[in-house]
Amino acid sequence: MSLTPAPSVSATFDESDLVARAKSGDAQAFTELVNHYQRKIYRLAKHITQNDEDAEDVLQETFLKAYEHLDNFQGNSKFYTWIVRIGVNESLMKLRKRKGDRTVPLDEPVDTGEEMVSREIAVWEDNPEQRYSHEEMQQILDEAVQTLKPDFRTVFILRDIEELSTEETAETLGISIPAVKSRLLRARLALREKLTRQFKRKGEDVFAYL
Amino acid sequence: MLTCKQFLQELNDFLDPNTDPDLKRRLQSHVTECPNCFVIVDTTQKTLQVYKGVEPQTIPEDVKSRLWKALERKIAAKKQTQA
Repeated sequence: MSLTPAPSVSATFDESDLVARAKSGDAQAFTELVNHYQRKIYRLAKHITQNDEDAEDVLQETFLKAYEHLDNFQGNSKFYTWIVRIGVNESLMKLRKRKGDRTVPLDEPVDTGEEMVSREIAVWEDNPEQRYSHEEMQQILDEAVQTLKPDFRTVFILRDIEELSTEETAETLGISIPAVKSRLLRARLALREKLTRQFKRKGEDVFAYL
Repeated sequence: MLTCKQFLQELNDFLDPNTDPDLKRRLQSHVTECPNCFVIVDTTQKTLQVYKGVEPQTIPEDVKSRLWKALERKIAAKKQTQA
């Protein structure tokens, strides 16, 4: 058989209907789910692994495993949350396997925020997104995310990019809710600081320290 | 009056629309009086906005094509085991 990547169906996309059809053996319904979520899973994998080859492997493994274990999907959570969880686990496995990677274990103790000091406090120029091309903006944002430690990066991606709830993020990563909150705060502040260096209004130096 | 450090520890709650209104008012009163924290709140909100505003990149065609081929093989294999 030959699969046809389904056309874009965002206007009529009905996740629960597609999942029900896919579970009953309708392969085309599953391809519509893949088509709908593949870019998000690829983005997630690239953000976490920071590597094109690993991201491709994660993309494939995520959907192959989802297809294989579709019967186990109970529908208690959204299908998207379920495949994100698979994608995150695959991505973290890649990180752990990579030689020389100094990944911090995901169950490290919650930090107390003692080092949470902001140094870069300056107003941004107006509409920075209009001053850069889409590609330039993407590169600036990606480079900032890459500087975060993997455990902070992963929480930021799940909460603020993939828009999972705090509870879903905690469950996906197998960490506590306070750990999610703490890491999210650290990640947001670190990114704010890095982007402020890039986007601060010209001629306006840092005007205060905390 | 909260210190800046105490405020920053509650920054996520301040940005969360579902936060308890009393806590939000206490945090707001700090922001109103502290220009540094006002700028931090503003630039953190802008940070989140720029990340949310960027569409996922397109997947390279060769990567997409290998994904579909792998799925084809998987689906065919599953059908065979069920037959």
